[in-house]
Amino acid sequence: MNLNDAVFMLLALITIGSALGVVASKNIVHSALLLVVTFMGVAGLYFQMNAGFIGLVQILIYGGAISVLIIFAIMLVMDVEPEKTNLPSPSLARRMWGVYLVVLLIIALGASIWYTRWPLAISAAGTDELTALANLMLGKYVVAFEVAAILLLVAVVGAIILAKGADDK
Amino acid sequence: MIGFTHYLILSTILFGIGMYGVISKRNAVAVLMSVEIMLNAVNINFIAISKFIRSETAIGQLFAIFVIVVAAAEVAVGLALIIAIYRQKKSVNLNDFNLLKW
Repeated sequence: MNLNDAVFMLLALITIGSALGVVASKNIVHSALLLVVTFMGVAGLYFQMNAGFIGLVQILIYGGAISVLIIFAIMLVMDVEPEKTNLPSPSLARRMWGVYLVVLLIIALGASIWYTRWPLAISAAGTDELTALANLMLGKYVVAFEVAAILLLVAVVGAIILAKGADDK
Repeated sequence: MIGFTHYLILSTILFGIGMYGVISKRNAVAVLMSVEIMLNAVNINFIAISKFIRSETAIGQLFAIFVIVVAAAEVAVGLALIIAIYRQKKSVNLNDFNLLKW
């Protein structure tokens, strides 16, 4: 087991452990803070896969913006005591159906991933992925890039109108 | 030796955890957080394919950026909706959100 494998195992343990904490915690503030740890673990996995730019974007957007947004929303809508804010569904049948479906999904998808012969290509180490990304984004996929920008603008304006209320001027 | 399949299986497990959260949680904010975990699992798949299969182009990383953009838009609108409904219903429990059910 070399260093690369050890780092992967550590990051996988952090990511999956904190994701389990997000769904298992009964206090939604703890869930939100563990969600930040999950995002950071995923960012570490991106760094390990030579995707440094995506890792930085992950830390900035998920670890910074989205987690702050979620924590603010929790502060605005929390009305009962914190230990009871994130209880699982009271119906046992629903929880069992959830566990059943998830175990089924993981077994089926995991087996099909494990037994597929993937057409792996050895990646050239040290390629400049940022230049390639910029050329794609402002070259062949420039329309999708602009549409994504418009989507973000419309979503933010819509979020302000929804949260502020249209009637109070 | 850690390879492509390990990344895919890790992302499958993360997706499953997020799916369990969506099915079993009653707090609307917790459901949104579980959806974010599922989108992160999808992004791990994109980056792994970009590294291990189509490494000559950065197309997988481009798609991961678009997924992040859509996720940011989704969480902004979703939280605004939750705050708007909370103002009317005084609750974030999904069982109380039955406005469109007759």
